[in-house]
Amino acid sequence: MTLLVEKPGPLASVQDLGRHGHRRLGVCPGGALDTLALSLANRLVGNAVGAAGLELTMGGCALRFETPTRIAIMGDDFAATLDGMPVWPCWSVPVAAGQTLRLAGANAVGTSGGGKLGLRSWLAVAGGIDVPPVLGSRSTDLKAGFGGHGGRALRKGDRLPLGATALDGAQLARRAFGVRGPDWETEAEDAADRTIALRVLPGPEFEQFTLASRDQLWRDRWLITPQSNRMGSRLASASEAGLKRRRNTEMLSSGVIPGTIQVPPSGQPIILMGDAQTVGGYPRIGVVIRADLWKLAQAPLGGALRLVPVDAAGAIAAWTAQQRYFAQVTQGLAAAGWPTPA
Amino acid sequence: MSDQALSPRLHLLGDAALLCDLPAPATLAQQQRIWALADEAGRWPGVGEVLPGMNNLTLIFDPAAIDIDALGARVLEAWPRLDVGAIEGRRIEIPVAYGGEYGPDLGDVAAYTGLAPAEVARRHAAGDYVVYLLGFLPGFAFMGGLAPELATPRRSEPRIAVPARSVGIGGEQTGIYPLQSPGGWQLIGRTTLDLFDPAAASPTLLRPGDRVRFVIESIAA
Repeated sequence: MTLLVEKPGPLASVQDLGRHGHRRLGVCPGGALDTLALSLANRLVGNAVGAAGLELTMGGCALRFETPTRIAIMGDDFAATLDGMPVWPCWSVPVAAGQTLRLAGANAVGTSGGGKLGLRSWLAVAGGIDVPPVLGSRSTDLKAGFGGHGGRALRKGDRLPLGATALDGAQLARRAFGVRGPDWETEAEDAADRTIALRVLPGPEFEQFTLASRDQLWRDRWLITPQSNRMGSRLASASEAGLKRRRNTEMLSSGVIPGTIQVPPSGQPIILMGDAQTVGGYPRIGVVIRADLWKLAQAPLGGALRLVPVDAAGAIAAWTAQQRYFAQVTQGLAAAGWPTPA
Repeated sequence: MSDQALSPRLHLLGDAALLCDLPAPATLAQQQRIWALADEAGRWPGVGEVLPGMNNLTLIFDPAAIDIDALGARVLEAWPRLDVGAIEGRRIEIPVAYGGEYGPDLGDVAAYTGLAPAEVARRHAAGDYVVYLLGFLPGFAFMGGLAPELATPRRSEPRIAVPARSVGIGGEQTGIYPLQSPGGWQLIGRTTLDLFDPAAASPTLLRPGDRVRFVIESIAA
């Protein structure tokens, strides 16, 4: 009941839906940056949505399964193959003992499937990655060095234990099947210039920014710089000027959550992600809504974003629609006799 | 001033978090109300997490379980009748080896403040500190109470790896690094206590409201 890491790629770690309830201790939520992807992948292999899987970065990895199991991959598939056979995102695929899943390196694949080049992939394995939970979660806190597999990114030669699966023998061996993936497009999407639209609520300090900067936030085409990581996506635009406040009043430490767009003195915004610190001292010009965070998690380095204003009702409606989609997938699987444990 | 005048300003932080922000300046009295609100709001249905900041509190909630307007109304309703006296911080003593290899910047702080290194240590250990909040790193305490004459700007070049348990001064604040991490504070000493242990029943040594004293273990030049 193990999985052998033959090649981890640039950054692979054990993640579940995050470590919640401990922010007041300074512990970040972490977890899969695309929780929708991990939840879907878990459903496809008969796991509870909160089972731990792997977050893989920029492909280039090889994982050998030492037991018969089932896998599902979400996000960018990096031309994934299982002993040479293609493995598509949103599919549930049976695995025989000894088979190896390979993701091509980022340089080896062009644009995949829908014409977007991704950054991260999420892999679920039947039974989940059975590392011991720490503070209620199996996620790896890479910065603080605990949780997951030894509190660190995966290395060549790591053996990860798999938990007990809800699938019976026939279900484990059932031939591959797929479900409809989440909609990448939104109404705000501008397919013509290949930008990803993220809907944003104005942040607590939005009004402190100059009118020109507020306008620039919505107007500029923002590129994700290579300095981005699990703590945050750092953005840059072609505009000469960065985002400026009318007055640089002192900021006291205040809570930040994934999606918070903070603006350091450089004027180049950073969208915080799961591993960001719990409090920050930079003005928060906006917050990406929960329903769009998964797109940011998948957006490639160098990719272009547009930030689109939305109101609270619109944000809630988008979240509700996403929950409805996920419930439909779950119910569809259940109707087909597939285990969907709570 | 009436309680009404000091009511928090409310602002959405995304679609599932509410920021309750108090008017400046930050005071211990205001921060005590923040802790009291955190304790109370943490028990409300629909509120998932409470996150005290400096002079503010963030409530992370489930909009499917509680409407944002209802949550805001509940905060404003609870605010004037909070039981601030209920917050009884513990007294924690933290032994520190000042200077030498454990406090490589003690000399720089002494030079900046015009005090002898041993006097910097003595005044640092004479202070009565209060933990306002934890953040930045697991178990990292933002503390008030540093003697103004010890305030020293952060290093111009942050260190790539500050050792765990280092005691530092950054501007007008003092603090202890729970884990090895990058950091720009002036390192004046190190403690032997663990600030964060994720496997422990109480994972952090310090909690908001705690009173902290540093105790001189040794002073090296």
